[in-house]
Amino acid sequence: MSTADTLETAPAALEIHDVHKWYGAHRVLDGVDLTIRPGEVTVVLGPSGSGKSTLLRVINHLEKPEIGYVSVNDELIGVKRQGGRLKELSERAILAQRGRIGFVFQNFNLFPHLTALDNVAAAPVATGKLTRPEAQALAKELLGRVGLGERVGAYPRQLSGGQQQRVAIARALALRPGVILFDEPTSALDPELVGEVLAVIKDLATSGTTLVIVTHEIGFAREIADRVVFIDGGKVVEQGPPSEVLDKPRHERTRDFLSKVL
Amino acid sequence: MSEPPGATLAPEAPTAADEPPKSLTAQRVVPLRRPGRWIATAVVLVLVAQFVHGLVTNPFYQWDRWAYWFLRPTILDGLLITLEVTACSAVLGLIGGILLALARLSRSPVLRAVSWTYVWALRSTPLIVVLLFLYNFSALYQTLSVGVPFGPAFFSFDESKLATDMAIAVIGLSLNEAAYAAEVVRGGILSVDQGQHEAAAALGLPRGYQFRKIVFPQALRSIIPNYVNQLIGLIKSTSLVFYVSLLDLFGTAQSMGSTYPGDIVPLLLVVTVWYLILTSVVSVIQFYVERYYARGATRGLPPTPLQKLRAGLGDLRDRVRREAAV
Repeated sequence: MSTADTLETAPAALEIHDVHKWYGAHRVLDGVDLTIRPGEVTVVLGPSGSGKSTLLRVINHLEKPEIGYVSVNDELIGVKRQGGRLKELSERAILAQRGRIGFVFQNFNLFPHLTALDNVAAAPVATGKLTRPEAQALAKELLGRVGLGERVGAYPRQLSGGQQQRVAIARALALRPGVILFDEPTSALDPELVGEVLAVIKDLATSGTTLVIVTHEIGFAREIADRVVFIDGGKVVEQGPPSEVLDKPRHERTRDFLSKVL
Repeated sequence: MSEPPGATLAPEAPTAADEPPKSLTAQRVVPLRRPGRWIATAVVLVLVAQFVHGLVTNPFYQWDRWAYWFLRPTILDGLLITLEVTACSAVLGLIGGILLALARLSRSPVLRAVSWTYVWALRSTPLIVVLLFLYNFSALYQTLSVGVPFGPAFFSFDESKLATDMAIAVIGLSLNEAAYAAEVVRGGILSVDQGQHEAAAALGLPRGYQFRKIVFPQALRSIIPNYVNQLIGLIKSTSLVFYVSLLDLFGTAQSMGSTYPGDIVPLLLVVTVWYLILTSVVSVIQFYVERYYARGATRGLPPTPLQKLRAGLGDLRDRVRREAAV
């Protein structure tokens, strides 16, 4: 990992500024602020219903925040500044921005009618970034990187859960995103398959990709996170390096949560 | 087995029997006998035999006249019209249905309302009424023109020249078909998992690509059986075009029947057999199309009937060999 000095001086890879999100009277996010440096690995922890998944979905604008904004590499996501106000972007513009943010789902959400290779190659071709042969070569390389070089022709249902999630990670990498978001990437897996997916994520973490990971794997968080963010009730309760948040939590709610999951 | 099961569980015990007891694990399981199935088979066979016997021996059906009419050029001309009208309306109806379904599922309230109203109106109107309206359309609106609404026209058509009987039939059936196809397509799109839409959106795939390459191919799995159902209904609905003076298969048989009143029954049987053949062909095509779109949805593809037959014969042969060996 890079040293703390370069992390402090580099511009933010991801900035979440005073984000509020509510459904009717239910407040899911209640003023979240977060600044993440390039190459930083952030693990988001929190009890179920605390808003951590919603936070990830706000980052790539699958959910629109009611108040506040998100920016990736200083570019506002889903909105533009115009005359001192934030205005919604067109859907086409938002889709183009999503190419810069990778997203890995809890339930993989691979396209079942496409082979592993086509799942990975689809986005670069559809968005006009690569020609078909180029995209397929890239897909083969990425599938090899996640240890599935032999299974490029398999359909998702012919793969185990762990293999499917690794294809999903390769798919997210295909657009060479600046930030990759993981929404509980191992929660839908059998226990013996969790390790293979975590190994791939760890490989990404050490290669300097900016990652935001929502997970319940505390041991994994301690191992790879530069920063742990604990969220409860739609607010950031505390954040800091794992040695502080996980080992010496300052807040009662953090202690309470950790005592339940550890 | 002549021995009680307990004896086979203790093979080390010395037995006086002439045959050494086999261990339970080495034995084949004797399949459950199903006498009910044999009885049901016998009953069904008797009923089928009765029905076929009635069809063949009842002089009322006049099978010789049926054979005379079955491949007559007039009947085949009618069949061709049926096929043309069905093919055109099926394609136009499906395209219309897809557009209506997309409009209904779009975020624009205007498109949603237009689509809903269209489906409501066309599903509420009997097809025969739609056809008769179109047939008399030229009396209601003599000319059609393109121009500024309520303003000057750039050019206009004489309606009666444009609206041939064939055009009226195809338009009427397509309008009706589109309303039903819209609901079939909409149902198919809704059956695709929400996670697929989200994954496509999260990857930033352009909207058109999301629909064409991700959502629609998966929706087709549930659209095909429903649309084929619709299509088979359409094949038979084409018999209504007789009322807009187009002589399709049914219309030809009907007019021949009034010329040769003694042949009405064989003529209706000719029509029935042709419709049977058409729907059978459609069903066979359906099987293979469904199989194609099952890629990825199941771990292996379902066997074709030919493969099933081969496997069945293979099983039978093995069984006969085994029995012979014993």
